[in-house]
Amino acid sequence: MRLLLGLLFALAVAAVIGLGTTWLALSQGAAFGAVTIGAWTAWPRSGTRDVDPYARATIARSGELPVASGDGVAFVARTDDDGKPLDGRCSVAITGTTPQARFWTLTLYDPQGRLIGNVVDRQGFTSEEIVRHADGSFEIVVAPRARPGNWLPTNGAVRYVLVLRLYDTPVGVATRAAREAPMPAVTESCS
Amino acid sequence: MLIRWMLWLLAGCLLGGIVHLVSVLVLPSTATQDAYSRLLPIAAVNTVAAVPQPSPQSEVMPFMDPAVALAICRYDLAAGPIKLSVPLSPAYTSVSFYTRRGIAYYAINDRAAGRRQIELQLMTAEQRSDLPEDEEVTAADRLIVESPSNTGLIVMKALAPEPGLMPAARAALSRAVCQTEPADAATR
Repeated sequence: MRLLLGLLFALAVAAVIGLGTTWLALSQGAAFGAVTIGAWTAWPRSGTRDVDPYARATIARSGELPVASGDGVAFVARTDDDGKPLDGRCSVAITGTTPQARFWTLTLYDPQGRLIGNVVDRQGFTSEEIVRHADGSFEIVVAPRARPGNWLPTNGAVRYVLVLRLYDTPVGVATRAAREAPMPAVTESCS
Repeated sequence: MLIRWMLWLLAGCLLGGIVHLVSVLVLPSTATQDAYSRLLPIAAVNTVAAVPQPSPQSEVMPFMDPAVALAICRYDLAAGPIKLSVPLSPAYTSVSFYTRRGIAYYAINDRAAGRRQIELQLMTAEQRSDLPEDEEVTAADRLIVESPSNTGLIVMKALAPEPGLMPAARAALSRAVCQTEPADAATR
């Protein structure tokens, strides 16, 4: 009888720990081979055959299609450079330049990957659309209320995610340091 | 007495580790909402299907790029190799290949393809070895992509640099062709 109780106890512990850690890992988006530059993180291996099992499980669960390595690479920002979560009621400035790429797009999503509606029906920018300074650098303001220049509306969404996709770029699995891939700075100011 | 329960706890933890690894490894095969399953209802096999643009109200998959027009070809090589031709859109065109389980095994864009359209043949390793040797056709003339498995996804993308250019991007993809080659054409 005690043997049976012990066995049941062990199995219960196994189920809770096993499935619990799986659920935790996947909802946190655990994956190996992350390249983090400032506020931006990419998992370039998830676009190749070397994708790790955690990334595969996360992708299968969410239903997204990872960007293939020969197509480009996607960088995700959920916080600003100081680690403050991106809040749609505050104003976030994305300034600087991007790594070399033929085109790039910057898109705003809710944490589940849905686009957020707003009055100007704009959910992102492409590298061709934005207004730049003379040296090629730019500033994009992600804020709830209209701003002059490049304004990406948040419509007041409390949490959001920014995805910067570089198309036809040398940035990829071999990228290690910020100097190979100068990512724009992300600064949040809440007032 | 306590030792016994600690041992059972330890056994449970070790077993939990195994459960964790197995569940992570098995998940892609059992996922019902992965990208391929989401695209099943809108895509017939071995033909090009346009994917609706994402909007705040609806989207086929999460994290779709709204500046990119998307078309897919759900392929099955059981009937033979696939011939794919994708006209180039003015800005940026790319073709990516995924297995049934979402592993991207190959991708090519318009710069690498170099002509007015991206043209290639997709086949399994077995079908490739069955190709007759033809001295007149060199490797540079035909691009052959090898698929690790019989089924998978070809994803064609055309970028619209601004919203007004989206119709042109979608129009270019609508002229893409993805079809099983008849058996005798493979010898050409």
